[in-house]
Formats: sequence, structure tokens, C-alpha cells
Amino acid sequence: MNDSILVIGGGIGGMTAAIEAAECGRQVYLVEREPWLGGRVARMNKYFPKLCPPYCGLEINFRRIRANPNIRFFTSSQVVSISGKPGDFVAVIKTDPRYVNQKCVACDDCVKVCPVSRPDRFNYGMSQTGAIYLPHQMAMPARHVIDMDVCEGSSCGECVKVCKYDAIELDMEDSETTVEAGSVVYATGWKPYDASKIANLGYGKIDNVISNVEMERLAAVNGPTSGGITRRDNGEPVRTVAFVQCAGSRDENHLPYCSSICCLASLKQARYVRDQYPDSEVYIFYIDLRAPGKYESFYNKVKADPNIHLVKGKVGRIDPGEGGAAIVTAEDILGGGKMRVSCDLVVLATGMEPTAKSCDVPMASVDGEGFIAQNNQSAPGVIPAGVAAGPFDVTTSIQSATGAALKAIQAAATR
Amino acid sequence: MSDKKTGVYICSGCSIGECVDVASLEKVAASAPNSPIVKTHPFLCGPDGADLVKKDISEEGVNTVSIAACSARVNYDIFDFGGDVMVDRIDLRERVAWSHEPGDGETQELAEDYIRMGLAKIGEISLPEPYKIESTSSDIMVVGGGIAGLSAAKNAAMAGHKVVLVEKENRLGGFVNNLPRIFPQKAPHKTPEPSDIAEHVKAVKDDPDITVHLNTTIESVSGGPGMFDVTLRNGTGSKLRVGAIVLATGFKPYDVGKLSHLGAGLPNVISSVEFEKMAASGKLALHDNVTPAQRIVFVQCAGSRDENHLPYCSSVCCATSLKQAAYVREMDQDATATIIYKDIRTTGKTELFYKNVQEDPGIFLTKGEVTGVRLSGDELEVCVEDSLLGRQVVIKADVVVLATGMVPATFDESVTIDKPVDQMQDWDREQVGKAPTLKLDYRQGPELPDLGYGFPDSHFICFPYETRRTGIYTAGAVRHPQDTATARNDAAGAALKAIQCVTMVERGEAVSPRAGDKSYPQFALDRCTQCKRCTVECPFGAINEDEKAYPIPFPTRCRRCATCMGACPVQIINFADYSIPMIGSMIKSVEMPDEDSGKLRALAFICENDAMPALDMAGINRIRYSSSVRFIQLRCMGSINLQWVADALSFGWDGIIMIGCKHGDDYQCHNIKGSELAEIRASKVQETLDRLMLESDRVVVESLAINEYRRIPEIIDGFMQGLEALEPNPYKGF
Repeated sequence: MNDSILVIGGGIGGMTAAIEAAECGRQVYLVEREPWLGGRVARMNKYFPKLCPPYCGLEINFRRIRANPNIRFFTSSQVVSISGKPGDFVAVIKTDPRYVNQKCVACDDCVKVCPVSRPDRFNYGMSQTGAIYLPHQMAMPARHVIDMDVCEGSSCGECVKVCKYDAIELDMEDSETTVEAGSVVYATGWKPYDASKIANLGYGKIDNVISNVEMERLAAVNGPTSGGITRRDNGEPVRTVAFVQCAGSRDENHLPYCSSICCLASLKQARYVRDQYPDSEVYIFYIDLRAPGKYESFYNKVKADPNIHLVKGKVGRIDPGEGGAAIVTAEDILGGGKMRVSCDLVVLATGMEPTAKSCDVPMASVDGEGFIAQNNQSAPGVIPAGVAAGPFDVTTSIQSATGAALKAIQAAATR
Repeated sequence: MSDKKTGVYICSGCSIGECVDVASLEKVAASAPNSPIVKTHPFLCGPDGADLVKKDISEEGVNTVSIAACSARVNYDIFDFGGDVMVDRIDLRERVAWSHEPGDGETQELAEDYIRMGLAKIGEISLPEPYKIESTSSDIMVVGGGIAGLSAAKNAAMAGHKVVLVEKENRLGGFVNNLPRIFPQKAPHKTPEPSDIAEHVKAVKDDPDITVHLNTTIESVSGGPGMFDVTLRNGTGSKLRVGAIVLATGFKPYDVGKLSHLGAGLPNVISSVEFEKMAASGKLALHDNVTPAQRIVFVQCAGSRDENHLPYCSSVCCATSLKQAAYVREMDQDATATIIYKDIRTTGKTELFYKNVQEDPGIFLTKGEVTGVRLSGDELEVCVEDSLLGRQVVIKADVVVLATGMVPATFDESVTIDKPVDQMQDWDREQVGKAPTLKLDYRQGPELPDLGYGFPDSHFICFPYETRRTGIYTAGAVRHPQDTATARNDAAGAALKAIQCVTMVERGEAVSPRAGDKSYPQFALDRCTQCKRCTVECPFGAINEDEKAYPIPFPTRCRRCATCMGACPVQIINFADYSIPMIGSMIKSVEMPDEDSGKLRALAFICENDAMPALDMAGINRIRYSSSVRFIQLRCMGSINLQWVADALSFGWDGIIMIGCKHGDDYQCHNIKGSELAEIRASKVQETLDRLMLESDRVVVESLAINEYRRIPEIIDGFMQGLEALEPNPYKGF
């Protein structure tokens, strides 16, 4: 019986499960696919309902990781196989080459000489980085990484020449680590539903139609516009902004479930717009406004703003208008009839699709929607945490991950 | 550590060497009173650099290491030389080289002052010895035997802990005992499932590691984590010692009697709780229990989402009414169920259940506000302002079910505090409306403070289990409105935190947010003036008072924020590695320029949780700000002691700025109100300054969120411009 714990996914759910278990004295292996920890929340501007920055809690969690020798974390890594049985799993972790070693001090000299540029995935492609780049400013670990798909390699080698610390290894190879663990926590999280699949909403065709995760980056001070919420076609300030709720959620053709967070996310983003532009008008088109529990008071605060218009009704279509505007056509159930609003920016409140739907999750079984089953179907000692288990908001994900840490401990408890 | 042997290691990499004259820094370091070993390396975090330090540790006996290089947020693993070596970091990279003009005299003086301050600091501190107590208990007490309590107890036991479960009723199961069915729990999430409460009860009863006390409440709880001494109120009045507590006392349905505007009191107007009983009986009938009922109307948000009743949404009532509508249709195929709602809030997979219910032709959903329920003859009429039709409609009903919300069991509006308002401390206000539950023997009051509407929930999105009483965690509907599946998972999380707390207490370490911290406050009681500031200001209720008003600290309750240290007017509270003399000597270690040099010097106290990382971000972004300011980071702004301000002003510092986090309703302070306390204390200094004819603008408080690093020049340079308008501090050189 091995009492170590393997946590797959280094977002807020996985980090929480790992830290909480490690502070109970367990050895934890934390495996993250990206070259940094923090996952989706690291890309959020602010949390609802307090409108506080996610980095604040992330930083405390990073500090807990730094202080805890029980946690060994792997970035740019994936678990490629799990064998054995509950209590005695053996997992193989494959680590992609970072091409930058431990000597990197994140001085950024390499970035200045890199001739290549690539879309910055951290900003959902809304800005560019070099082939060598620091994943983001608060990245943990704070080291650069090379995207070898675009790097010109040793034929260029400018970064190698300029690096004073001998930190760049263009010939770095991938590596494998085998770990033994008594239990496995899946904290594989989510990805935003691909809004281009919702044909009538114009995403991907109309510049000024964006998704809610892109809005988070636009509003973030370390985002592509340094926090300026601007039109995507010309960078101009916005005046009229519409939010389209249930973009893909509560829809048999897309995601049948409710993604739980999108109403609150749009209410929060409406505040971003209103705080930045005192004259702006915001429309939120919804089916039901879902602000459960104590979130109701946040909803009431947002609703009290006379420039935020909550319209019950489904958006029928979004069309390109004059001068790059996006024209939203929606039913207005309470007012009766149809509404057409010409917008500078339309934000699609896209839902959460579990990552486990489209990746291998050894030893676990997924339900029809791609969430990992809490109990029975998966092997004992294989536990979902956070959005891998269901469409949760951040605090519920953390709650879920804390419980998952206990279940992981139980799986190898000696009693 | 009686003999400190200090080594100072200066890194000249990352442009530090190009920015400042490192040789001069070496001289400054070498002239420190503890005559340390001083070495410089061009790449200290590289393998050779770290080896340089390790070699001195093994060959020269260095046990106190000052790393003058980058921020402590990076290379923490490389500069960890084991538990016996004390390491302090002087940040010459983010705070000097990356944010100030290279080669400038002021930049050089800044770096030299940071060396002096770092050496002054390390001279005053020592490695903390953990606070360990004998006979700690790792047992967990769970209060409340409903679904959350059962789950917490079973989960803690399965992780290897002994559990005591206390239930005030004569049976386990709690509210869920009333429910024939519960919401769909598993795929495809379409239909309600039979309640499985009996299995949960059996699992607990059969577990040899769980002791159940029925018909039992708590008489008193004293002590602290690892050593809670509990007296139970039951036949025997048994006493026991537990390490941590999970509070899972659930909710009570909102008092339906208060809903007369929705027809409460009329015959056949019942609450959703009463409707569960009807469903359990298997017969849809009027209150005579005989006459069949066929038209059932459900009124949503009965008391919830209502400023006059419960302002919050109770989260479960929509799904409850959908489930009850399904009961209706199952009991009588000819009966109809009408649900009048504001929004149907079936989040997550519960949406799949909602969809399935919508397909039933006998279930009607109407968006609207119920304006009244009246009796017309012997029929009930529900008056609805129909939002979709835009007019008033009247719906006839045999039975009206009011979907009443959840009130936390810890809330009791009859509990008041018998004291004039102006004599109330915060802790008194916090106890208003608190139902006697845990009866803690804490100076700060017997019950958990709440964070809105009586729920003893966490204020933190990132740390949902943080309560203001260490070692006591809440779970289930007492924490916030939630359904049974959520409550079961919630209880597992609370059980984890309880187990983690006893584990860390056994090791003598703090729990989150300073997890693993081995230091704790030590009180020099012989100099105590019994002023009670420490007991009043401790945000976590860690300090009691004896009959003479001397503080009685309980280190296992402490979260190490050092608010008590900041509060103490006679500076008798200190930590091994964080103390009044430590900061005091840093303040007095710098080279203060003469009055006629034209150079100003300001001191900035910054919070290590938010402002410090923001300052790092400023460095990473190469944002420039005044080099006349020296930063000292504090565990929390609440730990700022006015002695430091006095020391600084009398030493000649021209101004002091305190940069903490946001306070107010959406506070971000991890220690509840550190920055608010700093502001209160600063206002007192400002009064004193005015009396001394010193300008009060010299002491300023600012708030800064971790992502607001672009505001740093505006804050720092703005403050310096304010100081430039004043005369230099006249106390310079005294």
C-alpha cells in the first residue's frame, strides 16, 4: 500500500487537492500539461462576487507549495499511463522539453532577440509572443519556455547567444518519470465551449463577437490590451456591449447542462465595462438569471445600475453591421416582441466543457457529458476534483478538491 | 541558535552588477556588527553559486545566510539549505536593478540600505522552535447528525481518525429523514432518486471509530486545536478531548408563519416541508386528509430573494418544487402542478432534471410574481403578475405549496447582546443573532462569527473553509444554502481541514494561510499593562484574558498574522523570526542623509501577501519609481506597531507609507481586517503629528491589490511629491 497521491491537473482544483493533502503529510505528485501552474483561473481578471484578483489566492497557494517539501510538481507534463491497482498505482509521467533549464532567471533578454512570433495561448491568441517566452508574469515556475513548433532552432540560436546563464538547450529531449501512488485525483478542469459551433452567433466571423474567457483577458492588466476593453476590429473604446447567456449551454445541440458560472461571469464582466466606461450601455440576454445562494446580493448590486439592461430572451442571431458593429437580434419576452441592438462588442457567455471529454483518463470513467464519475464507475481511489467532476464555480471547485484530497488520503489510509 | 555565524552572498547577475557597484555593497556588508563572511557571485542561483554557500555552511560553520539577489518568490528551492540554516533574502533585483536607474547614486544608496536593513534584520531573529503541546488529540468532533454531519464523520473515520458525532435529536439523519426522494445524483440526472439516508446512518452506526451521542448538545468547549476540551450536555455530561471540530448543524426552514402575504395561515396553504410529508403519505389530499387535491400550485422564492425576509437565494427550492411536481404527477396522473417562479435556478447537471420535468404535460411553469393568495369560497386563488403575459392572472388551486428557504441553524434572531451600542466591541456585535451551539470559552465570544445572513461561511473564494476560529470548520447547509449531494462533498472537505489542522498542530505549525509557519507569538507578561488591545484585535479569537485582564494566549488557535504584535502599545508580543526589535533595527540601520543634502527618505511598510508580489511584478515589468523609498514587508498590515512609526520619525525618515490590501465589505485581507486596523492606527499617529506640529501628510495609508502593480509609481512617486512640498523631517540628526 502506497500512500502517495497523484494529482493530474495543476489548475486551482489540482493545486488545492495537492496542497491540502500535502499539508496532511502526504507525498503528492502534481502534474500539469502547461509550462506553468494555475490553469484557467490564472487567466481570469477578477473573481465574482468580490471582484478581487485571482492572483491573490494563487500567490498564497504558490507560497504553500514553495514551503512544502511533500509536493513535487511537473509542468509541461502529462500522465501517459496508469497501471496497477488502487493502493498501488504506477503512473508514467512524460515531460515535454522546455528547452530552458533551471538556470533561467527570467531576465527576458532572450525574448528581445527572438525573430519569431506566435499567438499567445495565455491570451487566447489575442497577442503574440516570441518562440521563447515567459508564460505569463506571475508564472510559477518563473522560467521561460520555447515553443519548438515555431522556433527556428539551432539555425537561429540568437537566444542561446544572448543568454548569460547558459539556460537554453535547444536539443533538450523529453523525459519520463515513473511514480507510485495509492490514489489518483483527476483535476483536469475544463475548456471553454467552442463558440464557433454555434453558427447563428457569428463567433469567428464577426471581429467584435468574443467569448467570455477572451473578455477576461481584455480586462486584465496583464492582458493583450493592458486592461483596456476595446473593440477587436479597431481597438476603439466601446459604448454598447451585449452579453449572450447560455451560448452553448442548456442546449441539446451543444452542452445540455447549465454551466453554473456564466450568469455570474457576465454580471461581473458587465461591471468591468461599466467601471471602465461611465457612459456605456450593457445588455444581458438571458433565459433564467442564475445567481444562487449569497450571490443574489451581487446580482442585485449589478441590477441596480440603470445602464445595465437585463433582457429575458434568447438571442436569435448576430449579424455584422455598419462600421464593424455587431447587430444582436433577440426576443424580449417580458417587453414583448423582438429587439435589435447594435453593439461595439458582443460577449458570448460560453459554457464549460470538461477536458476529460476529449483526453485519456486512465482508470476513470466519464459520464455522457464528459465529467468524471464521482463514485462506483471509476476505480476506487480514482477521484475527480473541481470541474472534472461537474460545472462548478471557483469556490465550489476548491471545496470539491478539498474533499477529493480527503478521499485520496482514505484510499491509502491504514486502519 | 546561540552562536550566529553569518554569511552574506551578493549576486551580481540579472543586471544587478551593471546597476550598482557591488564592491561597495560588499564593504557595507562586511562592516556590519556581526562581521559576516561576504562573497559575491555572478550567478548565485546557478549550481556554482549555491555550492559557494553550501561550502561555507559545511566548512566555515555558517548558519545564518543572507542572500542579496532576487525576490524570495523565486529560487526558493535553490536557497533552501535545510532546516538548521536560517536564510533571509535581500531583493536587489526586482526592488533595485529592475526598477531603478542604473549607475545612479540614489540607486546605489538604495541597494546599500537594503543590505544594511537585511543584516539588521537577520541579527535580531532566530529560527523558531515549534510550539508543541503534550497530549494532543487527533480525534474529530462533528456537531450535527444530518447528511453533512454523517458524511463528515464517516469521511474522517475512513481517513483513520476517531470521531465523536453529537446530535441533538433522538435519531440520526436530520432533515433528509423527511424526504422520500432526493434530487438526481447520477447520470442521466433525469429523475429523483429514493433517499439513501438510511445507508448513510447505518454506515456511521456500524463504524467502530465513530461514537454517536444522540439527544446531546454541547455544554462548553475550551482550549484550542489539538486540545479542545468538550463537555457534552446529555444524561452523563461526559467530557472529552478532541483535536478539531466540524460544525454541520444544517438549516431550519424559513418560518412560513411570516408569509401571510402569500396565504400562509389559510387552509391548504402549506410549506414545501409539509408537502414532503404529504408525498411520504402517498396521498394528495386537502388538509382534511380525505378530499383529493388535484391542482397543486408551487410558489417559488417564498421568503427568499426578498428584502423583507431572506435577501439571498436558498439555492435548492427550484429543484425541490420540480421534484415535488414530479411527486404530484406520480401520485395522481390527472393532477396538475403549476410552478410560479422568478428564475428557475437549476445549475449544473440539475438542468437535465429540469428539462425532463418540462416535458411532462401536467406540469406548468409560469414566470411571475405572486401578489397574493386568497380564499374564494372554498377554493384557493393565487394572484400572479405574469411576467410573460404582462398582466395579472388568477390561478385556482386546491393546495398551494410555499417553497420556503433555508435559514442557518446557527442563526437565532432572538439572541441579542445586553449592552449599549457604544460600549460594544466588534466581538459583541458578532454574537448578535447567534444560536448557542458551540459555547466556546473564548474571550471573543462563544459562537463563530458569520459573514452575512448568519452563515458562518468563509469570506474567501479561494479558501472556502477558512473560518475565523482555527480548528473549527463548517460544512453543509449551515455554511451556505446547498443540496444534499453538495453537502456530502462539502463535509468531506471540512473533514479534511479538521484532519489537516490536528496534523499541523501536532507538528507545531500554523495552518493556512501561513501554513507550516513554526513561529508563534510570545508574550513578555511581566511588562503587560492589561490594556486588552491584543484580545480585542486578534481576528481569530486566539487570546483569552484572566481575571486581572492579562492575556492568556492559545498558540494552537493562532494564525500567526501578528495583529497582536501590532496592537500592543508596550511591545511585549514578539515572534522568534518577526519582532518589534527586528523591524525597529531595520528602520534604524539605514544611512540617513543630512538635512541639507536635499535627499528625502521614506519608509514603506507593505503587506507580504498582495503588495509585495505586486512590487515584484513592477520589477518584472521594469516599472520605475522613486529610489528614495525603502520597503519593509510585514506579515499583514495588522501587525504594524506604532513604535516603528515613532522610531522612524525620530530617526529622521521624512515620511511613512503603509500599503495594505483592500478593506470594506469585499475585503481581501487574509487576516480579516489588517489593513483596516493599520488605517485606524495611522489615524492616531496623524493626530499625534498634528500635535507635534509635524505635518500629518507624512504618514499615509494606501491599498493595493496584487494585480495593480501599474499603480505603484503613482502611489510611490505621488507620496514623494507630497513630502517634497514639506520641510525635511526636523528630527533628522537628533
